[in-house]
Amino acid sequence: MRPTAARPRSASRLTAFVALAAVTPLVLTACGGGSGGDPDTLKVSFKQSTDNSVKVMDTYLVDIKEQFEKAHPGKKVELVPIKAPDAEYYTKLQQMLRSPKTAPDLVYEDTFLINSDITSGYLKPLDPYLAKWKDWEQFIDTAKAAARGEDGRTYGVPDGTDTRGLWFSKDVFAEAGLPADWQPRTWEDVLDAARTIKERVPGVIPLNVYTGKPVGEAATMQTFEMLLYGTGDGASDPLYDRSSKKWITAGQGFEDALAFVETVYEEKLGPDVSDALDPNVGTRVRGEWLPQGKLGIALDGSWLPQDWLEGSGHEWPEWSEELGLAAMPTQRGQAPGRVSMSGGWTWAIPAEAANPDLAFEFVETMQTRANAQKWYIANSGIAVREDVADDPAYVRAQPGIRFFTDLVENTHYRPAYPAYPKVSTAIQEAMEGVTTGDLSVEEAARGYDEALRDATDGRVVEK
Amino acid sequence: MTAAAPHTGPGPAKSPPGPSAPARRAPRRLLPRFLPLTPALVLLLLFLAGPIAYCVLIAFTDLQLTGQAEESFVGLENFRRAFGDEEFLNAVWLTLVFTVVSSLIGQNTLGLALAVLMRRASKPVRTLTGGIVVTAWVLPEVVAGFLLYAFFRREGTLNAILDWLRLPSQNWLFTLPILAVSFANVWRGTAFSMLVYSAALSEIPEEITEAAEVDGAGGWRRMWHITLPMIRRSIGTNLMLNTLQTLSVFGLIWVMTRGGPGGKSRTLPLFMYEQAFQNSLIGYGTAVALLLLLVGSLFSLVYVRLLRTEV
Repeated sequence: MRPTAARPRSASRLTAFVALAAVTPLVLTACGGGSGGDPDTLKVSFKQSTDNSVKVMDTYLVDIKEQFEKAHPGKKVELVPIKAPDAEYYTKLQQMLRSPKTAPDLVYEDTFLINSDITSGYLKPLDPYLAKWKDWEQFIDTAKAAARGEDGRTYGVPDGTDTRGLWFSKDVFAEAGLPADWQPRTWEDVLDAARTIKERVPGVIPLNVYTGKPVGEAATMQTFEMLLYGTGDGASDPLYDRSSKKWITAGQGFEDALAFVETVYEEKLGPDVSDALDPNVGTRVRGEWLPQGKLGIALDGSWLPQDWLEGSGHEWPEWSEELGLAAMPTQRGQAPGRVSMSGGWTWAIPAEAANPDLAFEFVETMQTRANAQKWYIANSGIAVREDVADDPAYVRAQPGIRFFTDLVENTHYRPAYPAYPKVSTAIQEAMEGVTTGDLSVEEAARGYDEALRDATDGRVVEK
Repeated sequence: MTAAAPHTGPGPAKSPPGPSAPARRAPRRLLPRFLPLTPALVLLLLFLAGPIAYCVLIAFTDLQLTGQAEESFVGLENFRRAFGDEEFLNAVWLTLVFTVVSSLIGQNTLGLALAVLMRRASKPVRTLTGGIVVTAWVLPEVVAGFLLYAFFRREGTLNAILDWLRLPSQNWLFTLPILAVSFANVWRGTAFSMLVYSAALSEIPEEITEAAEVDGAGGWRRMWHITLPMIRRSIGTNLMLNTLQTLSVFGLIWVMTRGGPGGKSRTLPLFMYEQAFQNSLIGYGTAVALLLLLVGSLFSLVYVRLLRTEV
């Protein structure tokens, strides 16, 4: 029987109505609505380590959550971990921030991207909250600036910073006949030490410098900028000209930095190129090569010991005996003699957050002096609060903290403006080209110039 | 039941009295007849056509994931940019190599060969081979990616075997990345072709093959003059499905090489992902996606023509 053919018109209207009624909820779900957010539940998004055994942040946040829930009866904190490598974490976060339905109340933002996200309107200015918050005075000025937008407003509360330097294995150095209190004066000194290791300690990787796109921002910051900011006079920014608001094309310093990377991989002073371009090389450096004495020198960040702390899975309490620390020298030893880069993460409140007030109260809980100190020590962070930095308990808490905190004096911050992520990718491509040997230093530098023009809409200047 | 209705029931009474009647009634009848289809139609428009239309729209804007206050319409700029972008052209070239090597040549030929050989094999051999090949197909793409990563990497299985045979080993993922991922795709996707061809071969009537055999046709001649022409339709369908699937392979390559080293295995889907999500250029990435769609439809067009000339 054909139901529709001979039906009276009222019946077909009914069919239409039923069909519409059936479809409407679907349409509504697809287009909007949804649960806007529960006023009593605070959603906190953070970056979970891709290494399952590293639970530093998870443990810390659970502790804060308990404190917060105790102090705010009736309120619940929901921790929303995002387990991803850096680059994918940013993407995931940005997608969440776009819509009020998915935006959490509090997010963990890398200073690397914060300006870019501010420009997109993803974040809420925190000035009204900060004005009323006494602890804000304790934060050092450079750290406060890290989360300031071009509009002069502040969009994040930094939870520490980091610095970078050379880690070296004392055992490997002893075998190679190099001093245990090694402090290179120039780039050449670093390469010479690596050459000595290569010659005298076979089977050991002499020097690791991150390179190429698979490693992402780690290649740009831990390697390239550590080199680049050590060229020139050490006072002006070699990447971005703040007065004209233009990006600087590849000059001599840029090519020299690329040449350093080229030398490391051409002379086989670094890991095998295929290992160096493995996205997980960072995990191997921290979890395998350094603890097992398979790596002579590592140009890396101050946070490494967080992987070796008790309860982290790769416990290595002896690291402070077995590893030495040296500041990265400037190219030819010119003033100030050493160089470091700083970044760090901040807690920020999304523009679309359902409970911004509660979110800031959560930040206040995290940033009581005691909790802040606990966090710096737990994650091997460098304090950005003066009260904590001056506390002997903080300095004593971990070997190396003094060394890295002292580097803050000669550290540089990246020009983390909206084009920066693309500029960084262009740098990684240039590095990858010279690492694999596909490009000469000059070709890679020209490629960078071209990519830079693209990424910045031609706002470039030659220097 | 419906076909018989006019003869038995009240059907004739409803049937049109004159030749002019249907023309008048048709529009009124059409509406109720299509009404039950509306939910399906709406769903289709909403969930299939909608996103595609949105994609097309975005491809003409400079939408970014971050670093931009508001997007604007840029016309054909994204496409112009793609064709001026060496990396894009490189990705197109690699995509073609990957598709031709792994799908057209690899999966297709190997699938056919396996199907033919398995018809002659004893049952245990058939079951075992079929089982192994299908297992590779059933594995999720990412798992297959990790397996083949472990197979090809420097300390991997392949080099262990080569060492054992005293042959020179090398880092395959580094020296020949596009061939390594192509092989991975062959490994993973051959089962599908094998199943399609097995089904097609079993449709060929025994008598024809036997007649040819009696007439003195050898194995190759039978293959060329009887088997291939008779399964032509399956070849076309299989090529089309294989190609479209291969064009969109992402996870396998991402896991094995991430498109590296130096972009030597960066096919269009990876290029698209990098532009959209790593460089935050959603607009440009979407434009590349549309171009990928174009490549797919070009291949499909060729196969559809191939199908049409038959029978």
